[in-house]
Amino acid sequence: MIGLPAYLILGALVFSIGLFGVLTRRNAVGILLGIELMLNAVNINLVAFARFNGDVAGLVFTLFTISITVAEVAVGLAIVIAIFRVRRTVEADRLDLLRG
Amino acid sequence: MDAIVLPAVVLGPLLPALIVLAAAALVLGLDLGPRALPRELLAVTALAGMIGALLATLARWGAPGRAFRDMVVLDNYALFFNVIICYSGALIVLLSMDYLRRTGSDSAEYYALVLFATAGMMLLAAAGDLVVVFLALELMSLSLYVLAGLFKRELASGEAAMKYFLLGAFASSFLLYGIALVYGAAGTTNLDRIAAAMAARPRDPLFVVGYGLLLVGFGFKISSVPFHMWVPDVYQGAPTSVTALIATGSKAAAFAALIRVLAVTLRGVPPDWTPLFWAVAVVTMTVGNVVAIAQSNLKRMLAYSSIAHVGYMLVGLVAGGAGGTGAVLFYLLTYTFTTAGAFGVITLCERARGEAVEVGDYAGLARRHPMLAAALGIFLLSLIGIPPLAGFVGKFYVFGAAVRAGYVWLAVIGLLNSAMAAYYYLRVVVYMYMREPEGAVTAYAPSFAGGVALTVALLAIVLLGVMPAPFVDLAQAAVAPLLR
Repeated sequence: MIGLPAYLILGALVFSIGLFGVLTRRNAVGILLGIELMLNAVNINLVAFARFNGDVAGLVFTLFTISITVAEVAVGLAIVIAIFRVRRTVEADRLDLLRG
Repeated sequence: MDAIVLPAVVLGPLLPALIVLAAAALVLGLDLGPRALPRELLAVTALAGMIGALLATLARWGAPGRAFRDMVVLDNYALFFNVIICYSGALIVLLSMDYLRRTGSDSAEYYALVLFATAGMMLLAAAGDLVVVFLALELMSLSLYVLAGLFKRELASGEAAMKYFLLGAFASSFLLYGIALVYGAAGTTNLDRIAAAMAARPRDPLFVVGYGLLLVGFGFKISSVPFHMWVPDVYQGAPTSVTALIATGSKAAAFAALIRVLAVTLRGVPPDWTPLFWAVAVVTMTVGNVVAIAQSNLKRMLAYSSIAHVGYMLVGLVAGGAGGTGAVLFYLLTYTFTTAGAFGVITLCERARGEAVEVGDYAGLARRHPMLAAALGIFLLSLIGIPPLAGFVGKFYVFGAAVRAGYVWLAVIGLLNSAMAAYYYLRVVVYMYMREPEGAVTAYAPSFAGGVALTVALLAIVLLGVMPAPFVDLAQAAVAPLLR
């Protein structure tokens, strides 16, 4: 039987990998992928807590976060495409028009 | 296996948000209708939605209601924020009408997204459960990400949308991770039941880490230092009417959720977190004001100024109690009218190429458009905190609460910051009244609706400044039940 801490450590690892991706990637799509990993790490936590607390609320919450995440990806990719049409690049550090 | 028992559906407490959502659906439906329909109909429908929600809010005053097993709590606290949010939404719709036509972005989805964002803000203020906090926050944020990128052909708008989206989604993942840990420790996402669990085990590491992550997420949304990096870029690049909505409604809603989560769940916990907020408040107002001095772009300057104002509001949170927290609610009310008005003036000024956003563009405005210059001047004076305008009273109550709670140094730092802020606000006034324009002059883009919006905002800040007592009492009475 694998205990709760194992799942929490897995969640923390996935979250950290996503965080690393967000901080090191320069392509906007790469950053978006990192954010997705971070959000999915939360889902691992929620499901593990729901299982070990014997509470169904966490599972329902996970369904909500999955659907929100999908909406977020849709909006994110739409913005990426809108920018690519005008700029022909989605490298985050080339988007430096706004500064002061 | 037990039969599934469906809870009774009570929609009353959702009424203000439902009215706004119905208006959004109607706007989208009208857009599909015959081409002969006047375009103004979209904005008028959106405005009717905001005013309808405002009336529904006022009608429910003093009659708190809960729905969906305490997931939505429409108490006086939520109603107070609903008033702020409805006014913010209505002012933004009024300001957008001619602004959008001029910039060639008049579209039904703009008004629908503004309404969706407004509904998200209302639900955020009424959230009695961390699930609703997350869902409402995302409803608001996703709408605002799209709105920030409304000017599809402009580089700055797309860049603002991209930065807002990436940093916002990044912050949301921290918030969600925090919610998951709190859920794991408490076994529930309901705020009242979390409070009971926390009072029993306040030192549970899951709680401590969970609240830390939760505060990171909220820090992004209210734009406090050190999570403010997105603010200047987004405020500068987004269409000005959208900037006004991000600066007023979304900030008020994020504060609403932050205050409710902290006040309700940390009831039985010793206030160990106060020194942290003390430091964040000082750093936030100082960084905002110091960097604002160096800005030449008016929208960017107002962005840093809004960061500084978040610092002042955090002073009220540190002071705590009904006095301090109520002062924050009143401050948000005054801040909403003032900031929406200041951005509103920018939407009415245009140059041959695009908007008038540089401070230099406003040179000599007082001679050619005295009303417009006077309006912007009054909004800026209120932001400084000159009596008898609303901004002064807001600061007075926030700093007064800090002194009464024993945080004298915090109040002193706040006052020094206000004095420093006067420099960059007054610089704009000096340009308007004492400088002559160089090169092309800034023209007034006539707009009846925009004029109405500015008049409402001006009347509100004078009224709140001259007669603040009833509104402050309402704010304190609204927040008191949370703190018991």
